[in-house]
Amino acid sequence: MTATWVEVRAPVLRTALGVGVATGAYGLSFGALATASGLTVLQACALSVLTFTGGSQFALIGVLGAGGNVASGSASAILLGVRNVVYGARLTAPLQLTGWRRVLGAHFVIDESTAVALAAEDRCYRAARLGFWATGLATFVLWNLATLIGAIAGNAIGDPRGYGLDAAVPAAFIALLAPRLRTLPTWLTAVAAAAVALAVVPVVPSGVPVLLAALVPVFAVLIFKERAQ
Amino acid sequence: MTWAAILVTSAGCYLLKLAGLLVPRVWLEHPVVARVAALLPVALLAALAAVQAFAVGTRLVVDARLAGVAAGVVALVFRAPFLVVVFVAAGTAAAVRALE
Repeated sequence: MTATWVEVRAPVLRTALGVGVATGAYGLSFGALATASGLTVLQACALSVLTFTGGSQFALIGVLGAGGNVASGSASAILLGVRNVVYGARLTAPLQLTGWRRVLGAHFVIDESTAVALAAEDRCYRAARLGFWATGLATFVLWNLATLIGAIAGNAIGDPRGYGLDAAVPAAFIALLAPRLRTLPTWLTAVAAAAVALAVVPVVPSGVPVLLAALVPVFAVLIFKERAQ
Repeated sequence: MTWAAILVTSAGCYLLKLAGLLVPRVWLEHPVVARVAALLPVALLAALAAVQAFAVGTRLVVDARLAGVAAGVVALVFRAPFLVVVFVAAGTAAAVRALE
């Protein structure tokens, strides 16, 4: 009994849209904060279109807004993007991108598109590809639209946190994680990764905790390998 | 100078994203790498969820988000669909903030 493509496609698209809306709305905060930090509306929008990785964008305007040095602002923003290397490497097998699709697809390699693609990967690689492109596109469109609105309107719109969107995003990631928690090694990996990420939050720049948590599976594989022998 | 920062940051972030996609498939087919890759989504999703639920910049904070996420988890336990989980989490966090 195998599900038809239509049955596989519908939940992936709903997930992509849900994640896109919840994340995209943060563009309002980014746009408002960017102009408050001294960027013009055009500069705020250019950053969202060209950089398109939220953590790095907030880091850059944080440094620029505090009157920090441009080079150190760019350096810390780029450091936050290092986790996208891990995401891209993990996505090569399901996405199988070549040529111009890889050049374009690279721009969409972010937390959200990776999360949805890897959650859909259990069904099939085709579902993973749909999840990646749909989430990337939905987030790109909404993030940029929201940046423009936030940059023009400033703080008049209010904080997305008032609508609880800051709880919607982690809840979405847990909903994507839940179906994978079927065995003891996956549970232990999830708990350890969350613990490692939280433990290092106070001591490393934001964005780095997730990168360090990506080392947990390396240790998990080594430990469970020894056990198996 | 702001434009220089925007362009340098954008170029750097794009090249990092592309670098991941350019990792040779052969490297990723090594058995140990394949087993790490199989567990990686679990680690990434758990870490992202934890950080987004508790972190504000480089501080750990317990606030209305936790109530929202907890309500979302309850919805998950009752097998609610994805969008319902997300709406329950957002609604609960917004309600808790409104009451504060």
